[in-house]
Amino acid sequence: MVSFQRFLFGSGAVVSLLLVGGGVVVASPVTDSLPAIRAVDHEGKGNAAAAKAWGVIAAADPAALPDILAAMDGANPLAANWLRAAVDAVVAKAGGSAKLPIDSLVRFLGETKHDPRARRLAFDLVKGADPARADTLLDGMVEDPSVELRRDAVAKVIARAEALKAGEKKEEALAAYQKAFSASRNVEQIQALATAIRDLGGTVDLTRHFGFLRSWQIVGPFDNTEGKGFATVYSPEEKLDLSAALDGKEGKVSWQPVETGDEYGIVNVNLTYPPPAPPADAKPAEGPKEGLKGVIAYAVTEFVSAEDRPAEIRLGCKNAWKIWLNGSPVFEREEYHRGMEIDQYRMPVTLRQGPNTILIKICQDEQRRPWTTEWEFQLRVCDEVGTAIHPPASPASDAK
Amino acid sequence: MSRLMSLLIAIALVAPSLRVRADEWLEFRGVGGASRVKEGSLPVELSAADVRWSVDLPGRGLSGVLVVGDRAFVTTSEGPTQDRLHLVCLSASTGKILWDRQVWATGRTMCHPKTSVAAPTPCSDGKRVYAIYSSNDLVCFDLDGNLQWLRGITYDYPNVSNSLGMSSSLLVTENTVIVPVENDSESYSLGIDAATGENRWRLDRPKGANWTSPVILEPGLVALQSKAGIDAIRAADGSTAWSYTEGADTVSSSALSDGVLYVPSNGITALTLDPADPSKQPTQAWRENTLSPATASCVVAGDALYTINGAGVLTAGDRETGKRRWQLRLQGPYSGTPVTDGKHLWAVNEAGLVQVVELGAKEGKVVATLDLGDEILCSPAAADGALYVRSNTKLHKIGR
Repeated sequence: MVSFQRFLFGSGAVVSLLLVGGGVVVASPVTDSLPAIRAVDHEGKGNAAAAKAWGVIAAADPAALPDILAAMDGANPLAANWLRAAVDAVVAKAGGSAKLPIDSLVRFLGETKHDPRARRLAFDLVKGADPARADTLLDGMVEDPSVELRRDAVAKVIARAEALKAGEKKEEALAAYQKAFSASRNVEQIQALATAIRDLGGTVDLTRHFGFLRSWQIVGPFDNTEGKGFATVYSPEEKLDLSAALDGKEGKVSWQPVETGDEYGIVNVNLTYPPPAPPADAKPAEGPKEGLKGVIAYAVTEFVSAEDRPAEIRLGCKNAWKIWLNGSPVFEREEYHRGMEIDQYRMPVTLRQGPNTILIKICQDEQRRPWTTEWEFQLRVCDEVGTAIHPPASPASDAK
Repeated sequence: MSRLMSLLIAIALVAPSLRVRADEWLEFRGVGGASRVKEGSLPVELSAADVRWSVDLPGRGLSGVLVVGDRAFVTTSEGPTQDRLHLVCLSASTGKILWDRQVWATGRTMCHPKTSVAAPTPCSDGKRVYAIYSSNDLVCFDLDGNLQWLRGITYDYPNVSNSLGMSSSLLVTENTVIVPVENDSESYSLGIDAATGENRWRLDRPKGANWTSPVILEPGLVALQSKAGIDAIRAADGSTAWSYTEGADTVSSSALSDGVLYVPSNGITALTLDPADPSKQPTQAWRENTLSPATASCVVAGDALYTINGAGVLTAGDRETGKRRWQLRLQGPYSGTPVTDGKHLWAVNEAGLVQVVELGAKEGKVVATLDLGDEILCSPAAADGALYVRSNTKLHKIGR
């Protein structure tokens, strides 16, 4: 929140103070300009006023950098970008990192209440001026709420582990890798660490570390000829009754349990609904030999949360899909076979204490190309940093 | 028709460009997307000494370069998730970076590993530079790096994205920035006020991945290409002046030269615009399916047009009839569109080999090569006697 308060001082002077991110800053042309930046919104709203304000901020003395960074706290992504570009201008105008208020930036960086990207930017400014000091700061950041700062801190732990490994200190190396693994929230880093730990004889539980959901109930296939099923409301969207027989594409269908063994939580729907075997005298068919086409399946699972809390549902899927949480639509995307990766889609949600129902509709189109066979998804529940959220009874350890 | 075509081409051969000086390159593939430069303006003999400068870039990308006066502009992206988006301004004379502004991606940064978040080429009206990224973040800076406005198109319309990456480039005409963000799901093109960043209009467009770029037909009238064909759109209000509905490619783009729009549709289809009023329905001059551009778009100069197919074969076609004149196998493959002055053609393949082709009436001949030793996926810019090409790490100036 940013707001102005007027205070009467002993001398009778009225001084405007700006409340930014919970802190109090003495008003100045820069702080006076911040509200206009923070007021920008969708479809260009507030751009004209922001452009005028930006000119003031961009001309600021470098001493104002912590205030500019603090204004990112709670700002929408557009306002944060206006401020981000202003920081570049201020730094360039200063003529080099040596003239930046490094101590103030280090203090800002140390306050984890601030916006993670603003803190990362502060770190980069410090690093530009004093790389050794920045490197030292990373030592306390392996559990940092900034994913990027945490990533760099973990990289230092990995470097130590590699040095230990090179020195034939296998047990110490393994312990260091395990520490890095537990802390890391970066997908590539996690995957590399899993390999390193396994190479040394250790074990990792990637499914648990990411928080992929493995147990589902699935029903299908429903019709998706010409892609029309995406918009068609089939019965699971209206009422969830896992004991009911439903009208599928080619007759009655029923829910069945599926437990994926994939450590990245990939649920391959083609395994549940394989195409019928061709007649013995059939000629080789064109196109993929596995997987139904023009079909839809639904998968549902129950996720137990220890408390009411914000969370993210993160999905990887190369088929068209829709997701509901506790019966309410979360998001949908009608795109087929353009690629799939972990955390491809991030959807902020609010979990309620106790069981939460996650329903996903997975649509397969009718393309007949080698890369259009997949009918699958992977889904996890985590916080905004990417830390897996587990049901309350689960043990905490995920790397051994 | 043939007489009209001859007249248009004859006028073109003697008329200088009215829109820009020869020392500028303000949009993807230059004026009209024809990738044409003034005859004799680029060096034919090439050696390593012709590389005037090579500059390290702060991030990767495959967008093309703009040259505005003595300044070159290029976009890049960097960071663990490629969410740091740069617009970099360099001295065209020396290659010195004059300023570098960053914003953070507000949309998805997932894309195919061969492409990049910095894939679309920015554009300029000579006063401002407009840049967009695969995340659909759109920024406008003046030539000195002062932020004028910004938008997050996916922030505004959450299903505007493509998991393989977006790459359609921007245009600006009559104070309207043309922003094609067409994809499988929420598919639009927008006309945005160049001064404020606010919407003038937003058009529903055919649903389907679309990597092509628009072309200015005349000031205030643009051609939008999609799998459905071509729609001529009035920049002022987004109304449709005319449509060509016989389909078009979704990778290679159309090129306008001297009143004729060469559309990658059923090979190449030439549409002759009404010389008195290009907003009237054009007439089809010819269609030639042996002219088959792949990723690179066709180029037009003199009395011929040129395409490069997926095998790296350069084909020359007669502009008046479309009939094939000759073919020449170049060392491919190509992602970028070559440039031509009508006498020679400069093609840069993905391995960074510049091949200069002498364009004869009956045959083409490679007369010079220069190996940059750098992966080049962009379309070259050409201005003031030099070619500008960029890789994932560097920007090279070749020529005067």
